[in-house]
Amino acid sequence: MNTLYWLVKREIWEHKGGFIRAPLIGGAIFLVLNLMTLIAGEVVSGQNFRFGGNSIRELGKMLDQRQLSMVGMGLDTAMLFSTAIISVVMGFVVFFYCLGALYDDRRDRSLLFWKSLPISDTQTVLSKVLAATIVAPAVAFVTGVVAGLITLLMYASVLSMHGLGVWQLLTLAHPFRVVANLLASIPMYFLWALPTVGWLLVCSAWAKSKPFLWAVAIPVVTGVLIWWVQLMGLMPSGNFYWSQFLPRLLGSVWPGSWFAAAHHASNNVSLGIGLEGVDNPDNPMVQFLSLGNLYATLGTATAWIGMLCGAALIAGAIWIRRWRDDT
Amino acid sequence: MSTVISANGLSKTYKDSRALAGASFQIQSGRIVGLIGPNGAGKTTALKAILGLTDFDGELSVLGMDPRHSRNKLMEQVCFIADVAVLPRWLCVKDAVDFVEAVHPRFSRAKCEAFLARTKLTPRMKVKQMSKGMIVQMHLALVMAIDARLLVLDEPTLGLDLLYRKQFYQSLLEDYFDEDKTILITTHQVEEIEHILTDLMFIRDGRIVLDADMDAVGERFCEVMVGAERAAEARALKPLDERQVFGKSIFLFDNADRGHLSTLGELRRPSIADLFVATMKGTYA
Repeated sequence: MNTLYWLVKREIWEHKGGFIRAPLIGGAIFLVLNLMTLIAGEVVSGQNFRFGGNSIRELGKMLDQRQLSMVGMGLDTAMLFSTAIISVVMGFVVFFYCLGALYDDRRDRSLLFWKSLPISDTQTVLSKVLAATIVAPAVAFVTGVVAGLITLLMYASVLSMHGLGVWQLLTLAHPFRVVANLLASIPMYFLWALPTVGWLLVCSAWAKSKPFLWAVAIPVVTGVLIWWVQLMGLMPSGNFYWSQFLPRLLGSVWPGSWFAAAHHASNNVSLGIGLEGVDNPDNPMVQFLSLGNLYATLGTATAWIGMLCGAALIAGAIWIRRWRDDT
Repeated sequence: MSTVISANGLSKTYKDSRALAGASFQIQSGRIVGLIGPNGAGKTTALKAILGLTDFDGELSVLGMDPRHSRNKLMEQVCFIADVAVLPRWLCVKDAVDFVEAVHPRFSRAKCEAFLARTKLTPRMKVKQMSKGMIVQMHLALVMAIDARLLVLDEPTLGLDLLYRKQFYQSLLEDYFDEDKTILITTHQVEEIEHILTDLMFIRDGRIVLDADMDAVGERFCEVMVGAERAAEARALKPLDERQVFGKSIFLFDNADRGHLSTLGELRRPSIADLFVATMKGTYA
């Protein structure tokens, strides 16, 4: 257990840039952009900031319950937006981290140093899985939450300069629920990302060179072959491979990709993020804000099949790591 | 004295070449063994087999364990330096010491810090900022602080300057080696390790062609310098090798009658390098 802790620590030492700096920079850029927007808004509109003929002060009083909850939802979205941006960055970080995790040290031969220590290959590979699926999202989500809270305060204080109470606005938003959801997404991420992490680790442990090419080319070429066989009428046509299998194999390291799958499973409505229909349970924002919905994904077959395949792929990566002999 | 490594019929074939062809040997504890061979003779493959880094055919027992199955257990007692510059470039001295201390049950932090204090390395220095020589100093400090029973060195001084090379072997002898430890070294710079070895093994085409302790090597082999007038007489005794120096011929004999040889000219002990060249004649032909 202690060894595993230090192995994960080692991954963070090596990948400080991707795991720590990238989300921090992402969050900082997001805050700066928001600040610029707010300042520009102030400068352009000045004190005569108006909404459809009413000053914003009047606006607060005129909104009915439904509209107020839309404002709250808007604030929640603004808060989530920072995490969403950081998550996209993090998806790329995790993707390329996994591709290099069992390849880079073979290329520069530092593998021989790590293998000179009494550490099992199982521990080594698991430490990389944990770094990718727990450490990376934890840092990204916490950074996102902090950036989101700062954004919320920024907007609230600007609006309060126009007469709307900060506290009234904050009660419209659901910062605690958003934070709780993001934190609860970390275990979800771990479970969901396994197939992609496993596949990338297998390619990373196996490839003699260019693991990226193998990881992407093999599934894409397979897809083209399937498409061709279907075209020839030798196989019933269907879109399963491209719409379900491939996104799970390569795209599951992007947080939130589970929503798409859950939607697909329940043949639900489109995924466009909108503030209309806050009382419509199918609205993605509403869905996101419900913990039950987050974990409802775990009820789908794709989640479980993915976990099993992910575990099998990781076991494969451990085996390859043990016996690959090319240094 | 106990047997540290026992290999019997060690074989390994890569796709296009045979790296080991039934090598058999034994290594006792408390020895410093040189495994010497030309490029491609199977040295590194043999070491990899001993370290459990590769699969192989045949029997091999290292400290009573099969390296294929008990690698994790084995690595608590075995250390290796696999040639210079295998330390990861992003690692700094302090992190490396912390890490090895945390994962290695036989590592002594105090020892390691004492070794490091003798170098110019500083705790925050990263491997990518170090010269080759400094990287080896750091690696050696880490390894010598581990109380291992077997230390395997694969070309440990490749590309180092003379000062670092001398210091490397001196540290090993003075601060590390004792009768409970065993060191197995491969290198091409045989002159440098000649005086520290207790045992010598030559490997050629995947087989052990010479396996003897240094005293036996001195008894078995002898060189004699013969003037041109008696060269034909010496040649008739079937020397292993002959070379010319200053108009005289130097003949290398294996198990020859010393009394007879001494009548031909001055006897002397051959260097490992000369013995190596004679033994490996025709390897690349």
